[in-house]
Amino acid sequence: MTLAIQAVGLRKRFGRTDVLAGLDLAVPAGSVFALLGPNGAGKTTTINILTTLVRPDGGTAHVAGHDVVAQPGEVQRRIALTGQSAAVDEVLTATENLVMLGRLSGLGRRDAHVRAAELLGRFGLADAAGRRVGTYSGGMRRRLDLALSLIVPVPVLFLDEPTTGLDTRSRQELWSVIRSLADDGSTVFLTTQYLEEADRLADRIAVLDRGRIAAEGTSEELKARIGGDVVELRDADGGLVVELPTDGTVHGLRAAVDELDRSPAASADGASVFIRRPSLDDVFLAITARDAAVPLSPVEGSDPRELLETK
Amino acid sequence: MTTFTTTTTTTRPRLGAVTAESTFVSRSFIHSVRDVEALLMAVVLPTMLMLMFTWIFGNAIDPSGGYVDYVVPGIILLCAGFGASSTAVSVSRDMTTGIIDRFRTMPIRSGAVLTGHVVASLVRNLVATAVVIAVALLVGFRPVATPLEWVAVLGVVALYILAITYLFAAIGLAASSPEAANGYGFILLFLPYVSSAFVPVETMPDWLRPIAEHQPITPVIETIRALLMDAPLGDSAWWAVGWCVAIIAISVGWGAWLFRRKAGRR
Repeated sequence: MTLAIQAVGLRKRFGRTDVLAGLDLAVPAGSVFALLGPNGAGKTTTINILTTLVRPDGGTAHVAGHDVVAQPGEVQRRIALTGQSAAVDEVLTATENLVMLGRLSGLGRRDAHVRAAELLGRFGLADAAGRRVGTYSGGMRRRLDLALSLIVPVPVLFLDEPTTGLDTRSRQELWSVIRSLADDGSTVFLTTQYLEEADRLADRIAVLDRGRIAAEGTSEELKARIGGDVVELRDADGGLVVELPTDGTVHGLRAAVDELDRSPAASADGASVFIRRPSLDDVFLAITARDAAVPLSPVEGSDPRELLETK
Repeated sequence: MTTFTTTTTTTRPRLGAVTAESTFVSRSFIHSVRDVEALLMAVVLPTMLMLMFTWIFGNAIDPSGGYVDYVVPGIILLCAGFGASSTAVSVSRDMTTGIIDRFRTMPIRSGAVLTGHVVASLVRNLVATAVVIAVALLVGFRPVATPLEWVAVLGVVALYILAITYLFAAIGLAASSPEAANGYGFILLFLPYVSSAFVPVETMPDWLRPIAEHQPITPVIETIRALLMDAPLGDSAWWAVGWCVAIIAISVGWGAWLFRRKAGRR
């Protein structure tokens, strides 16, 4: 298997905090890979190291076949980054932004204009091409930001929370664009806090928790790890009171129901019990949960964590 | 480690020697031209200051009417300082928005983005200097400089603009936000008043005089004044050049250190 990104034992410390505590990654070329984690888990630090912005304190990382510390220039020739805050020039128009990036990427003036027009059309910005970016909506900025990363089709694309702050429609538009990038042959490495985004987009997902990869696999593999169904207790209005994962055995299901039975909410008028398949949310919560109450089946590669989610 | 191969994607080519610099210079020019308020100020401020100092203060300071010949170098530096201060805001804006990270993940000297701001500032402020001189000539400024002395004036003014622009760029790198950069920069704009720009240093209180005599702006003023009005130059030209070069060296060193430390750590 050809790897576009390979990290072994990455460590980074800011002050007294270990942001990354031995991170391992292996991303196959041509795939979409999602790094999932809560705020502060180290997602942006991981991207910053892989894109040569920050030096790791320990460990090694290779991107597109080159060491990020020893050969940053070679890595930079093969990557593009769309960071968290839209990296666009607000004073320039969309065309001027794209032409500038094209020139900086080694295109001639004419080629840069041709490529800019092409991308503006593809991202639905042709009508606004001559407007200053300062007048753009959040969704338009994000699309331009992504277009800037595509000015030359580099092998590895990094997207740091590409859809944060976007409305549902803009988000879905962006998803289809990201999907098509991978179809063109690029490797896409994205971070997200949205499970749905990872579920819909990514070939493989890694869950980052406290500076380490706590679980990694396809969406289906991750869901399978949680074991059995989830038992929910809902109140008379259908609101979720308690949900408990089970390990898939009859004994586990009974234990979960007994647990619910001890809850005062179970005796309330109109309270009812549901059983459903686990979602990626359950996996995420199971791996990253800090408040423990009910034992959960162990997740490979991490400590057995416990879960009790009350909404 | 497996090798990376691909058929549909490409790597960025290596850039020509000054492609990045010229791209960033044209970016900063577009920024300058589109900032209509700043552009207007760059013309209005020199005009207003020139008229104010000759018509309102001038007769009180020097009833003989010769004050305009004295004050022109001071107004040039005051306006250049004002014009260069926007560099701090531009640099800070680049650093605090994500755009610097995009440049830093590309195979270019990311310091080239600062070169763009500096060159744009130099050109903007040379235009402002031309406006000052034009207005001054209209209200009675009568320089006696030879063409060679004019070239020397241009050189000193350009060197001063570079020095103060690099200093403002470093301040922009040090500031936590564009607003803060604007605030710090403001302090520097008062320096010309505590120099020989508007009144002779001899008229100042005893405690202030040594400061006014030995701060960097006084020798720059004295040099320009001597060249324009054919006054004795003394050693002020050496001090002027020395100060400017020292300020550039310190600002570039400080700026490079700040740039490495801050970029990627928003």
